[in-house]
Amino acid sequence: MIIQTSLLRKDFTVRKKVGRFRRTATVVSAVDGVSLSVAEGEMLGYIGPNGAGKSTTLKMLTGVLTPSGGTVSVCGLTPVPQRAQLARRIGVVFGQRSQLWWDLPLAESFSLLRHVYRVPAADHAARLTYCRALLDLDSFMDTPVRQLSLGQRMRGELTAALLHGPSVLFLDEPTIGLDVLSKQAVRSFLAEVATRGDTTVVLTTHDLADIEKLCRRLVVIDHGRIVHDGTLDELHAAYRSKRRVVADLDAAWPGLELPGAAVESVEADGFRVTLTLEGATAGEVVARLAQAVPLRDLSVQEPEIEDVVARLYKGASSAGTAAPADR
Amino acid sequence: MANAYFRLLAAQVRSQTQYRLSFALDLGFSTVLTSLDLVTLWVLFAVNDNLGGFGGKDVLLMVGIAAISFPIADLVVGNTEKLRFYVRSGLFDAVLLRPLSALGQLVAMDFAPRRVGRVVQGTAIYVVALAVAPVQWSAPVALLVVLAPLAGAVFFAAIFVAGATVAFWWIDSGEISNAFTYGGKDVAAYPMTVFGGLFRRVFAYGLGFAFVSYLPALAMLGKSDPLGTLDWLRWCSPLTSLIVATLAGLFWRSGVRHYRSTGS
Repeated sequence: MIIQTSLLRKDFTVRKKVGRFRRTATVVSAVDGVSLSVAEGEMLGYIGPNGAGKSTTLKMLTGVLTPSGGTVSVCGLTPVPQRAQLARRIGVVFGQRSQLWWDLPLAESFSLLRHVYRVPAADHAARLTYCRALLDLDSFMDTPVRQLSLGQRMRGELTAALLHGPSVLFLDEPTIGLDVLSKQAVRSFLAEVATRGDTTVVLTTHDLADIEKLCRRLVVIDHGRIVHDGTLDELHAAYRSKRRVVADLDAAWPGLELPGAAVESVEADGFRVTLTLEGATAGEVVARLAQAVPLRDLSVQEPEIEDVVARLYKGASSAGTAAPADR
Repeated sequence: MANAYFRLLAAQVRSQTQYRLSFALDLGFSTVLTSLDLVTLWVLFAVNDNLGGFGGKDVLLMVGIAAISFPIADLVVGNTEKLRFYVRSGLFDAVLLRPLSALGQLVAMDFAPRRVGRVVQGTAIYVVALAVAPVQWSAPVALLVVLAPLAGAVFFAAIFVAGATVAFWWIDSGEISNAFTYGGKDVAAYPMTVFGGLFRRVFAYGLGFAFVSYLPALAMLGKSDPLGTLDWLRWCSPLTSLIVATLAGLFWRSGVRHYRSTGS
């Protein structure tokens, strides 16, 4: 196991003003007992709603934050006392934080990083060539970082994180704010990195398409606790995601009862109805529908991961964990 | 290893020179400001040649040691005061993600070459003071003449680092730490006899500012402290600096562990 945590916890004290002079301190567990193990070469999707504790977990795994409790080991090292040693073995891209030198050309940031990480020149050159080709960096290698577009900068960040040949790559929302093309470029690059198999990847994201395209394993966290750990299929199975039939009608929906299907919504003044399949097959439902109402158009929709995850978030949010303590 | 820090430092200098006008203005203003410091000094001695029971030449030596040691500390670690900004914005994350010492990076990343000018000026004042003041030259005194400014620099550096570290708990700590760094520089430059009782006890002897230039200067002049400090303590500034630096280092380490980062 290249990453192993056991009952990992991070508490923050939040002070709130009450009255003129008194303040109350509330202890909030941003991460509350996360036990996780990731095998070498795995690509793990780590998702959760805003404030669920994703970034906090990542920061503890990378040695930025000191855990309040539990144990953590990454590449066989304990991140906080061995932060600098660990930094050589991991690559990190935090979507909202740059690892690059703002005022210097991208190429200079890369050569600086070679010295910072003490990478042999030949290895550095080989990795840089690889990234330049795959991420199409050539056109802006000599542009100061502050003048790069977000998509260009993110491609630069990915390169910067890989130049020292890390065993684990941590990506915190690498596609946030990117346009469709840049997203695709980042995803196909990550897919390529994953197929080489020598880099373990932990990815947090709000864009579930990232997960669908890249990760076999998915860990969902909410209120600092893991609420799901398994494959995407298992997630669908666990939450019995349903297929849907969407029908556009030539007359208003008369309000039928269909066995094995439930009406989810009626839209467009009754001319569009969405049914969820609960036992019946799509064929049966369509046949019954065609007998009852004049059909214009039909589509069958596979369950969307967004819906599943939205339900997961809602279900989990009832288990909040804030223990107030007067100080 | 040192190479990595040197590269960071060079990158910082290159980044700064990207904004040429701003760099030139910075350099110009800091030169003007330092010259004003010298004018203050001159006015002080023009008005009064006796300060706390010491003659002008004696005091000049005390001023000289502070005038060289403070700018060295300021040049090397003065930029740690930017830590507040890194902590507030969460940029300190990026510092912690590199395989180098966090403090070392902070020093290299914000190195301000314009501060070199002050070191040169301070050195000039010190050399003049040594020539003018009635220094009782001997081998130990010669050694102290070299060591005292360095020990003073280490002392001030520790104060700078400790002051910056407060930002891990309290972001708006700027003025407090300035009181100890820039304020401390002024305290250290004068004979301790000019200060009142409580203030003197706390700053000069409690926090150790007397060890920066007052006590070493007394040793160089071959005088005892009129305030009754034991004579051998006058030679102890390298030792006290080491102690203060160690404490500051421990404080820093504890601060880094309290770093809370920012959301996302």
